[in-house]
Amino acid sequence: MIGASTEVLAFPILSSLVILPLLSSIVVALLGRTRAEWTKLAALTSSVTTGALSLWLLGAFKSGDAGFQFVSNQPWISQWGISWHLGVDGISLFLVVLTGILFPLVIVGIDPHHNETSYFAWMLLLQAGVMGSFMALDLFLFFVMFEIVLVPMYFLIGGWGYDQRVYAATKFFLYTMAGSAFMLVGIIATVSLARRDLGYVTFDVIKIAEGATFSTNAARWLFVSFAIAFAVKVPLFPVHTWLPDAHTQAPTGGSVILAGVLLKMGTYGFLRFGVYLFPQAAMWARPVLYTLAVIGVIYGAIAATMQRDLKRLVAYSSVAHLGFIVLGTFALSSQAVTGAVVQMVNHGVSTGALFLLVGMIYERRHTREISELRGIQHVAPVFAAIFTVVMLSSVGLPGLNGFVGEFLILIGSFESARWWTIIATVGVVLAALYLLWAYQRVFHGEPDEANSSFKEINIKEGMLMSVFVAIIVFTGVYPKPVLERIEPSVNSFIEHVESRTK
Amino acid sequence: MNDISTFVGPVIDWLAISPLLALLAGALVLLLVGSLTGQWPWRLYAHLAALSAVVAIFVSVRLWDDVDTNGARLLIGGALALDQFALLGTIAICLAIVLVSYLTSDYLHREGVDMPEIYALYLTAGIGALVMIASNDLVVLFLGLETLSLSLYLLAASNRQQVSSQEAGLKYFILGGFASAFFLYGVALVYGVTGSTRLINLNTALASFIPVPRNDAVLLIGIGMILIGFAFKVSLVPFQAWTPDVYQGAPTPTTAFMASVGKIAALVALVRVFVVAFPSRSDDWGAIILVLSALTLVVGSVVAVVQTNIKRMLAYSSISHAGFILVGLEAASHRASPNVDDGLIGVAVYVVLYAAMVVGTFGVVSVVTNDQANSDASGSTSLDSFKGLAKNQPMLGLAMTVLLLAQAGMPLTSGFVAKFGVIQAAVSVGSYELAVIAMVCAVIAAFVYLRIMVNMWLADRTDTATVVVPTLSRISIGVAVVITLVVGFLPSLVLNLGSNLAELASR
Repeated sequence: MIGASTEVLAFPILSSLVILPLLSSIVVALLGRTRAEWTKLAALTSSVTTGALSLWLLGAFKSGDAGFQFVSNQPWISQWGISWHLGVDGISLFLVVLTGILFPLVIVGIDPHHNETSYFAWMLLLQAGVMGSFMALDLFLFFVMFEIVLVPMYFLIGGWGYDQRVYAATKFFLYTMAGSAFMLVGIIATVSLARRDLGYVTFDVIKIAEGATFSTNAARWLFVSFAIAFAVKVPLFPVHTWLPDAHTQAPTGGSVILAGVLLKMGTYGFLRFGVYLFPQAAMWARPVLYTLAVIGVIYGAIAATMQRDLKRLVAYSSVAHLGFIVLGTFALSSQAVTGAVVQMVNHGVSTGALFLLVGMIYERRHTREISELRGIQHVAPVFAAIFTVVMLSSVGLPGLNGFVGEFLILIGSFESARWWTIIATVGVVLAALYLLWAYQRVFHGEPDEANSSFKEINIKEGMLMSVFVAIIVFTGVYPKPVLERIEPSVNSFIEHVESRTK
Repeated sequence: MNDISTFVGPVIDWLAISPLLALLAGALVLLLVGSLTGQWPWRLYAHLAALSAVVAIFVSVRLWDDVDTNGARLLIGGALALDQFALLGTIAICLAIVLVSYLTSDYLHREGVDMPEIYALYLTAGIGALVMIASNDLVVLFLGLETLSLSLYLLAASNRQQVSSQEAGLKYFILGGFASAFFLYGVALVYGVTGSTRLINLNTALASFIPVPRNDAVLLIGIGMILIGFAFKVSLVPFQAWTPDVYQGAPTPTTAFMASVGKIAALVALVRVFVVAFPSRSDDWGAIILVLSALTLVVGSVVAVVQTNIKRMLAYSSISHAGFILVGLEAASHRASPNVDDGLIGVAVYVVLYAAMVVGTFGVVSVVTNDQANSDASGSTSLDSFKGLAKNQPMLGLAMTVLLLAQAGMPLTSGFVAKFGVIQAAVSVGSYELAVIAMVCAVIAAFVYLRIMVNMWLADRTDTATVVVPTLSRISIGVAVVITLVVGFLPSLVLNLGSNLAELASR
């Protein structure tokens, strides 16, 4: 099925999406020593160019094609059968585009307040790593990218975060690294077992998935080793505890990136590597993952309801949303998986936007305590209106993007995971509860003295948010262009899974 | 009748042992000329030591091609082996000598004394190390071991103004003496059973050896004692107790030397002895290595977490690295597997990359901390002395960060290539448990490196504002960082070497 398209493009667009931010990060770091005033411009130029390239990619992507496009495949470490193999299909396309768009917005929109040079250098390095993770079709390359992302994120949280930043950054780093420790062993074992079928050593995920068969027992162990890494990254209950800390302590830019794209590396990894390589084992593990996903949905929602800190509330809502995505991923029906992919992007947009808004509130009031905020609607109606749209998108209101994904996931999962889906639906109601309640407490009522000077959204912030609102509304009203790019790849993915599990 | 006249000395291939000769020449010049003349200007002691090591590296590279074309062989009547496994170790050791010599030069200048003895000791220790890694005979190995160890005892105690340095030397000497005795007794027992000390003869003797129950016990005890001797030198758990104290007490450049040269020599020799001489007993020692490796990994990384002194932290981290290297040896004990040689290659690659990493790391420690300032146990080399380093000395902070990330095994650094090699070896022979234990311990150890990075990047302190990085140290640390990054991005550079690495001359 998903055969690499043989098309050779003159311009290696995917490689440049990784290499441009990587080089810019080095340039920015070096510029900082002599021309500190230029670093923001350099970072901006680089990220905007990357964003433009990713939009061009979106335009040039052939929507009926299920296979990988723009493939770039160069030998890297030939002794170990490792290659620089990048490609996008419908599943990864929008995540790549999201990464391309989100970084320039964060770099333009959020002021790090101190040590700009290193902040931008880390941001760009982070972008290179995230891009690489979403496009890598080589297990080794994927692991490298997946792991290298930790370093810039660690420094972003640790260097520019709030009071408990060192604790949160360390926890984030160790949790994720512990997960990947298992995956590394799993990757090597996968390759060495696949060698028996293929006759040669390769880390190429397509060749392994298409050419190798694993014994039931081996596949289960291997799947578990991958699943641990991805479960930590998503994060699934019970390994989610790093997330609220990391989100709350991270600077706004870090939170946006973390929620927007970093968490998707887990759910995307489940699809691209976990299920694709070991479909049977994934089928076998389904009940456990359903259960963990649904626990995540309910637990995340309940925990979010009880938070006093607005940012922590949004963080827990992420746990709930990602539970939905995992549920859809493992339902393994065309609709559910499409929904999961759409929802990965939607969650990135709407939660990213929520973190931005919470960041703006903090900039103005220097607090995120819900009880300290009141009546903001009266003093900043436009701000409140934008918050409403974003929040409703997160709740999943029909007509906004969140609804499309959630709806597809729930419909698609109902067949194979009926009871789990029914329980998860409760989570939709709870989402409305905690977000609306928070909205009510923060925005309604009469503003007290401290809140009455709350500044209305300014032009820069307004332009920033309008990008998010536009995506939210467009995807909600007219999801067809998105779906028709995702569906062919998802369908052939499902065919692959079904052909292997019969 | 006329036996004496018919005695024929072994043929000596002078070129093939020229790395040894280069170091020997350097040591002799330093000792003889250095003691007869006054103080040398322009840091010539360090340059001379480095020069002889560089010559040794160049010759080794030439010999490498020679081995590629003519194959591995034995030298001096079978006492030494010439193969790429040994040559790679030679290059690693000589590289470490160059880097450490320059660090030492700056260190001694800061302390106000520059003397030739230290460099001469580095070179003699290097000679011992080269003999060890190439030796094809247990007695020759013992000679190399003692040459190395005696030099190291002196080096550990070389800071005469410092009580802790004296203590380190004495402690190292007493425990090292014990270890040597164990080793020698083991050699004697093995000789008693097989009638030979040549590794290759041991293998043939043991392969055709029909075990009489009691005899086999003697053999196994012998092998066990040899292993204990090595375990002391490599500081495997539970034989590691001396390591943190000695590493902490010794002058920092010397610590770098012990952690690199001392460890590499003992590990490479350990691997050679067990793979060449005792493959027929690999079921017995493989299990022991498995346990030692797991223990070393776990204790090394867990205990490192609670340390507050940077040298002790790095001492425990070096213990955990040794555990990692043993993962490769354990893989090499699975003789039934077709991938058994991956373990050997993994070990060889690991030690080279580890040498650059560890010397670079201790190099930064040597520049930042000051042994002299405070002679009580943990004063000046405490972790606090790194606070704010990255703000006051960004390049040095960045260099240390790269080196620490490499030690943690992050991708795009040489540390990842090294770890990947041994883990891959373990997985390909089916040692999944050990691979998982090793990776989990790598995560625990990563916490240690994060703690150091937190102090460098995230803590505000001005103490480090006075840190100056002298030129030679800058070169040393720079070279280590460049190796770390270049190999990280282009692992093929090292892996291309690999094809003949596992062809040991004596097998």
